Amino acid sequence: MQTDLIQEARRQAEICNACRYCEGYCSVFPSLHAERAFSDGDITQLANLCHNCRGCYYACQYTAPHAFDLNLPKALAEVRRDSWERFAWPQPLARRFHTHGGAIALALVVGFALLFWATRAIGSSGSEGFYAVLSHNAMVAIFAPAFLLPLFSLAISLRRYWAEVDGKPIQMPDLMAALKRAGKMQDLAAGHGEGCNFEDEDRFSQGRRHIHHAIMYGFLLCFASTSVATIMHYVFGMHAPYGFWSLPKLFGISGGLLLTVGCGAMALLKQKSDRDLGDPSAWGGDIGFILLLGFVGFSGLVLYALGSTPLMPALLAIHLGSVLTFFLLTPYTKMAHGFYRLAALIRDAQRKRDVSMAR
Amino acid sequence: MATHSEAYDIAVIGGGNAALCAAMTAAEAGARVLILETAPKPYRGGNSRHTRNFRCMHSGPLGPLVEEYTEEEYFSDLLKVTGGKTDEHLARVAIRTSEECLPWMQEHGVRFQPSLSGTLSLARTNAFFMGGGKSLVNAYYRTAAGLGVDVLYEAAVTHLELNSDQIEWVDYTYEGQSHRITPKAVIVASGGFQADTDWLTRAWGEPAKNFLIRGTPYNRGVVLSDLLDQGVESVGDPTQCHAVAIDGRATKFDGGIVTRLDCVPFSIVVNKDAQRFYDEGEDVWPKRYAIWGRLVAAQPDQVGYAIIDAKSLNLFMPSVFPPLKADTLDELAGMMDLPADKLKATVSAFNAACGDTSGFHPTELDGVATSGLIPPKTNWARPITEPPFYGYSLRTGVTFTYLGLKVDETAQCSTPSGKIKNLWAAGETMAGSILGQGYLAGFGMTIGTVFGRIAGREAAAYAN
Repeated sequence: MQTDLIQEARRQAEICNACRYCEGYCSVFPSLHAERAFSDGDITQLANLCHNCRGCYYACQYTAPHAFDLNLPKALAEVRRDSWERFAWPQPLARRFHTHGGAIALALVVGFALLFWATRAIGSSGSEGFYAVLSHNAMVAIFAPAFLLPLFSLAISLRRYWAEVDGKPIQMPDLMAALKRAGKMQDLAAGHGEGCNFEDEDRFSQGRRHIHHAIMYGFLLCFASTSVATIMHYVFGMHAPYGFWSLPKLFGISGGLLLTVGCGAMALLKQKSDRDLGDPSAWGGDIGFILLLGFVGFSGLVLYALGSTPLMPALLAIHLGSVLTFFLLTPYTKMAHGFYRLAALIRDAQRKRDVSMAR
Repeated sequence: MATHSEAYDIAVIGGGNAALCAAMTAAEAGARVLILETAPKPYRGGNSRHTRNFRCMHSGPLGPLVEEYTEEEYFSDLLKVTGGKTDEHLARVAIRTSEECLPWMQEHGVRFQPSLSGTLSLARTNAFFMGGGKSLVNAYYRTAAGLGVDVLYEAAVTHLELNSDQIEWVDYTYEGQSHRITPKAVIVASGGFQADTDWLTRAWGEPAKNFLIRGTPYNRGVVLSDLLDQGVESVGDPTQCHAVAIDGRATKFDGGIVTRLDCVPFSIVVNKDAQRFYDEGEDVWPKRYAIWGRLVAAQPDQVGYAIIDAKSLNLFMPSVFPPLKADTLDELAGMMDLPADKLKATVSAFNAACGDTSGFHPTELDGVATSGLIPPKTNWARPITEPPFYGYSLRTGVTFTYLGLKVDETAQCSTPSGKIKNLWAAGETMAGSILGQGYLAGFGMTIGTVFGRIAGREAAAYAN
């Protein structure tokens, strides 16, 4: 734990707690104002509740050059990234990818190479479509562990998080409340619903919220596409390739478009934002992750468009290579934030429930 | 001397709430407006940066406000705090107009939020800005820019040339050079003079050197003094100001809201001789914090010491500086540089005067009082017995001074020989026209918004 980061966030939180002007903006402040003293776990929880909308920074009368030098979005972003690195398993991996876009690019190249090697070495016989390049069994052999291992890793991380923030057994209403906030990205909307202060100083805009929605729902659609296809394959014996009007294709294409457009727009939007109101050291890792995720969507679309040309085998290897890299890096990149955010929102829902029961 | 190339109809001096309301209103009426803000951009907005709410009359639920708050109730609340030293006509203009201001503020970018935690007593009367005063200021600057208002930061106005009944020109410095402009009309909205310690000391005497200034260091009264020197009519007692008791460890300027201390009703407050000097439990704190600034100012070295014990620590909002903490009163006295024997004697006498505390209720006037003690403590009087003991030092924190420009109901300034035909004033610089003494939470923003808009409207009508 980087105690200096926690200590700085605590110093700032104590000033916020004596002011309270930002109470209406997001989930962080009501949670902060419920305490008089902040344990390390409290600070970790606040950090993961913060969505970095920056509303509080621009509204703050105590930002530099004032002696109090408040920059809560930055302080919490640094604690947040540190918490993800601390909770990650295995540890050494985590400390590379959050801060190094280059490491992500390198991992991507390794992913490509693996898949090219697989298509050459394993190959396939007698199947059609993509399975002619790499057999279904080979794909499963590669991607089942590549999907399950990161989930296992994340489960360990989230258990560590839950212990640090003193989480309680999860009840259905907690989960529903958290999903509702996350589904609408309410914490990127400011209390008045006009969005965040991300691209043009104190101007409120929905840009980041809408772009984030595109990425999140794009990803979920792609995930749904694969899930539906898996069910069709194993439960109904319906094997790929699927036609345009099939569920896997409809989900996959719309999701791919949203991912591609969303990630491209997010990379551009981030260029406009003030890096010093986030975690400057995570900049490279964040951009690297966004580009990787966008590339997953984009390469999938290209593969769809050119799937019946001689380029297909190469495109398949490239797409599957990026998917492989994306999956394997999930616990160690910005992708992990979704899991932590949801955990933090669930914990916050529990806190609110405790308060309302105490009344 | 350089002359600004643009020809402006109206120069607005100052960059806080009143200035911005005036500028936006004038620009909407078609005037070309220049704001001359003496602060650098990060500190723009004067004391408005530190505000958080707007006291608003309403005949039914309005925006974040619940129930109703009538003109009569509002006015009687004002009379209570000013002890009758109020210009009734102007006060009623401010109160009556406040209702239409709230939707106007929303139209100009201000967003409200429900009453903050710890301020539930104001949910009916005061509309809280989401994010506080700086977010209001930010929103107004954006709206003003959209209306074509120009803003110069670090533009310090040095002189307004008054020639019998009109302002001829405005001198200011900007980027190291002197400039002169000749707008058709001028609106002064540059606050009081509290940040000029020498002036404050002339008005108050030596004690003023120990006062802290809660808000902007840029309200030095330069324009106010320049106009008063030229015979513009003033109003208000130079010794009157909005002052509260704040944490004695606050910075000289700009400490703002976080330096307030809400512990007094649950404490005993002593001076540097460890003597009590006023009933700490006279009323709930929101109704009493404003008089404690003066009470502390009247003590030796202008300092007070609030002392509580363990059972009271969590009854009030946390403040930015943690209290001094000790296991014995001796030790606490040492930390606070108070005579230990006298402090113990004062606490013993207080404890002995406490009676039945079973009716103690921290948020209501509970009548748990001392008996036979002078001065008494008439509510929340519980003996100070449970270690650890906690201590806060208190100093006088000045928000703004009341000596200002006298205006009429159109916000217009005058000299003894009549109206100045192109000079208006709004905000703290003319609040003395309404507030003779005392202060009502959120009323400064009401005065600024109401008279800012009036000044903008009148100046634009004149300039057009």
